[in-house]
Amino acid sequence: MTIRELVKKMDLQVFSGENGLDREIEGGYVSDLLSDVMGFSQEGEVWVTLQTHKNIMAVASLKDLAAIVLVKGLKPDEDAMEVSNEEEIPILGTDKSCFEFTGLLWSLIK
Amino acid sequence: MELVYKVEGGDFNKAGHASSQIKRVLKQLGVPPVIIKRVVVALYEAEVNIVAHAWRGVITAGIDESGIRVVLDDEGPGIPNIEKAMEKGYSTASQEVRDMGFGAGMGLPNIRSNVDDFKISSEVNKGTVLDFFIKF
Repeated sequence: MTIRELVKKMDLQVFSGENGLDREIEGGYVSDLLSDVMGFSQEGEVWVTLQTHKNIMAVASLKDLAAIVLVKGLKPDEDAMEVSNEEEIPILGTDKSCFEFTGLLWSLIK
Repeated sequence: MELVYKVEGGDFNKAGHASSQIKRVLKQLGVPPVIIKRVVVALYEAEVNIVAHAWRGVITAGIDESGIRVVLDDEGPGIPNIEKAMEKGYSTASQEVRDMGFGAGMGLPNIRSNVDDFKISSEVNKGTVLDFFIKF
């Protein structure tokens, strides 16, 4: 499934990185610890988090992640969105809790 | 080839800049992706360590056909107990740094598990030198 299809199916908000919407989803990773994501996420995964600052984009870009999803209605910082546009890695948003969103994501891509 | 980057302590806006530049060079050189992935993890963690803990530092990456050697030399508070710092989960990061999702005590263990050779030396109130090598 592509990020674009995920956005449609789960009614996600696209904050930035529209040019990366056709990235293919290889899996998912859930963590708010940047070192954990750095050490253990895999290329092409969707990263679910509540961190909103610019450093999430450094991690997403270095690890070639497919997209970042911010939960609970959180919004990314302005400079994070700028990097997301440059790197073409989308930052998406949902009003759902991390638990609920991740459960639905898992059932869609398992 | 030698690449040199300056890193400012406390400047989280630029954290990861050196890592992403070096990743780009390795890609251009055609280094296998599986190797680049290991370099990137070790490098980013080490770069963030300077930003989170030191006052300033210099990253020097030497690349030849055998591999990449990275030396991160910082001026800073140093590490009083290196053995402790190498333990998973141990961190001296500030609350502010932890709130950003750093400082989980995973950095040094992550570095060690991704490199082929690893050396660290430190002097309290002077700084720390981290030196690692990854074979191509």
